[in-house]
Amino acid sequence: MPNTNTEFKYKAREALKDEQLQQALVGVKQGLVNNRLDAIKVVPEFESFRNDAAAVKQHVLENLDLYLEEFEENAISSGAIVHWAKTAEDARQIILDICKQNNAKNIIKGKSMVSEEIRLNEALKNNGLDVVETDLGEYIVQLADEPPSHIIMPCIHKTLSQITQLFRKNHTDIHKADKNYSVADIVNEAREVMRRKFLSADIGIIGANFLIAETGSIVLVTNEGNGDLCSCLPKTQIITTSIEKVLPTLDDASLLLKVLARSATGQQITSYNTLLTGPKQDNDKDGPEEMHIVLVDNGRSKMLKTELREMLRCIRCGACLNHCPVYGSVGGHAYNSVYPGPMGSILSPAIEGLEKYYDLPNACTLNGRCESVCPVKIPLTKILRHLRNEQFKKRLNNKSTRFSLKLWSFFATRPKLYHRFNSLFINALNIYINILNRCSAIPVFSSWLKSRDFAPSQQKTFQQIWQSRKEND
Amino acid sequence: MKIGFFVTCLVDTLRPEIAIASIKLLEDANCDVHVPSQQTCCAQIAFNNGDLETSKSIARNVINVFEPFDYLVAPSGSCLSMIKVHYPELFKDEAKMLERANNLSEKSYEILTFLNDILDIKIKKRFPATVTYHDSCSGLRELGIKSQPRKLLSQIKDLKITEMHEPEVCCGFGGTFCVKYPEISTNIVTEKSNDIKNTGADILVGGDLGCLLNISGRCSRMNIPIKCFHTVELLAGIDDCLPIGKTK
Repeated sequence: MPNTNTEFKYKAREALKDEQLQQALVGVKQGLVNNRLDAIKVVPEFESFRNDAAAVKQHVLENLDLYLEEFEENAISSGAIVHWAKTAEDARQIILDICKQNNAKNIIKGKSMVSEEIRLNEALKNNGLDVVETDLGEYIVQLADEPPSHIIMPCIHKTLSQITQLFRKNHTDIHKADKNYSVADIVNEAREVMRRKFLSADIGIIGANFLIAETGSIVLVTNEGNGDLCSCLPKTQIITTSIEKVLPTLDDASLLLKVLARSATGQQITSYNTLLTGPKQDNDKDGPEEMHIVLVDNGRSKMLKTELREMLRCIRCGACLNHCPVYGSVGGHAYNSVYPGPMGSILSPAIEGLEKYYDLPNACTLNGRCESVCPVKIPLTKILRHLRNEQFKKRLNNKSTRFSLKLWSFFATRPKLYHRFNSLFINALNIYINILNRCSAIPVFSSWLKSRDFAPSQQKTFQQIWQSRKEND
Repeated sequence: MKIGFFVTCLVDTLRPEIAIASIKLLEDANCDVHVPSQQTCCAQIAFNNGDLETSKSIARNVINVFEPFDYLVAPSGSCLSMIKVHYPELFKDEAKMLERANNLSEKSYEILTFLNDILDIKIKKRFPATVTYHDSCSGLRELGIKSQPRKLLSQIKDLKITEMHEPEVCCGFGGTFCVKYPEISTNIVTEKSNDIKNTGADILVGGDLGCLLNISGRCSRMNIPIKCFHTVELLAGIDDCLPIGKTK
């Protein structure tokens, strides 16, 4: 079993060999990228929306305590119960306690990355509860006993035939084994299973995209309407969310919604945009009797005090994943963290430690395409470089990297030696290539030459050529 | 106008033709070009690997050496972006150095931007070929280099520019990334090479030698018959030199 320091490389290698995954990733690289382009093409003011969205989120971060207090106060007066969870462990315990108090057995869940982050499903299952994910993608990865591989498209790594096989294995009572399943057949079969679950559930657990301070409301966006069923049908409703999701006003939410769907799926607006304020009131015909809001910190308030703070502007659209050449090559599972891609390469080390996720900030070409599409303009490459600096300070880089860097800096800070070294290097390289043809014996070159050819064009450095020109003048 | 030419370490060691072509174009436009021998590299390797102290000591040297010139010009978007964008970041807490870094930043230019935006040079050349242009990431996203190389290339008679499906997607080089994560890098550059192949162009041009070595090396291994040149090499008319990554 590879250790955590080599895990990313190992999983990435496996992912590159996985033909079905590679085929599925084309849908991200082309499909989602083109969808976004088409969606913003018809909104000439999109760039100013991005600026405004970034400014609102930044303003919230600078006044987070105030807006959270305002949110709590208004949520409580709407009848909701607000819980504060400092850690993932606290959050799990709070939710388990609510389940216990309600004698719950069956739980339905809407898609929530915070619940993945706090590893809620595992905790519920270990306590004897029956948990079913109701977002189709999440349901599929739950059947496969896998984590989501994309923050908005959890099963993007699966092909139709893999999903059909999963359904055949799990839905033995209704699955038509002799039938060739289409996407519509999959949806219909999942719907049939899900309806029964919706009607028998004791508790519905959902996430939140935004929390509105001025009203104490929750904003939830979904494309399947499953979130609404989860929140309205069971008697008890739990919202697991994190503290940075708060926004001052409903107008702010309206602005953020304009950039969220376009950046995520390329929709002008998501199919379901739900505003939940408190539990069922006396004159309401239906709705949950109890509404619990669990506000998870899990390292975020610590991040606020560091160079990572701008990462908390993230609205989880997934655009940075879709536009990342590394994510596009290896998919989400290689990252071995709840949040993959550029945003995950910052969030996961921030939440769970730089040691555990050494590779994540490094497995990036710093091409910057992610931040050029980020709807809240997070300076992702700047933050990734900052994490590399933290790793360097903690001496987490491997010895050979540190040694090569040291050797190189020795020459780079001594111009005379540097130029002499360069000319020797070029001579030696030419001898290696032309006479011995043994370039691949040099460490750096061997990994280069595995997949690429190489040939320097001259026997002299430019500085040597320039010197002789000056002497001839 | 006195120009300090920043060679960059890759050009210095692996492709001097790019420096020769750049200087020819600058001198043809009556620039007084100097190549200070006290220069080494821009510190990007240290900076991107988290070693800020080494980065600072190299940056101080670059600032000392190039301060006396009217302009600093370099044939690479990523090295120039290191100097122009990241030096001021490095010294954000040292008022005096920050001022010097900002001053140097203001007069530092990537070669194609300088030739087009500042010198507004006219190219009187004929070169019948179809080329495709790769937008290197740092140049594109940190310096906004997009139209300049295309404007300059389009002045060459009989030269046709045909665009890739995704010219702005990274080639997978990423400095030390390509050695640290060779398989991922290979996957990315394979896609890039296929995109280039599908344009049907004879020549790939770009503005960063790192990317060009990566792409030419991969295309050669994949038997994609494309010749790779730095944009200045085509503009200066060194058609007789071998393409990047080819030997006699």
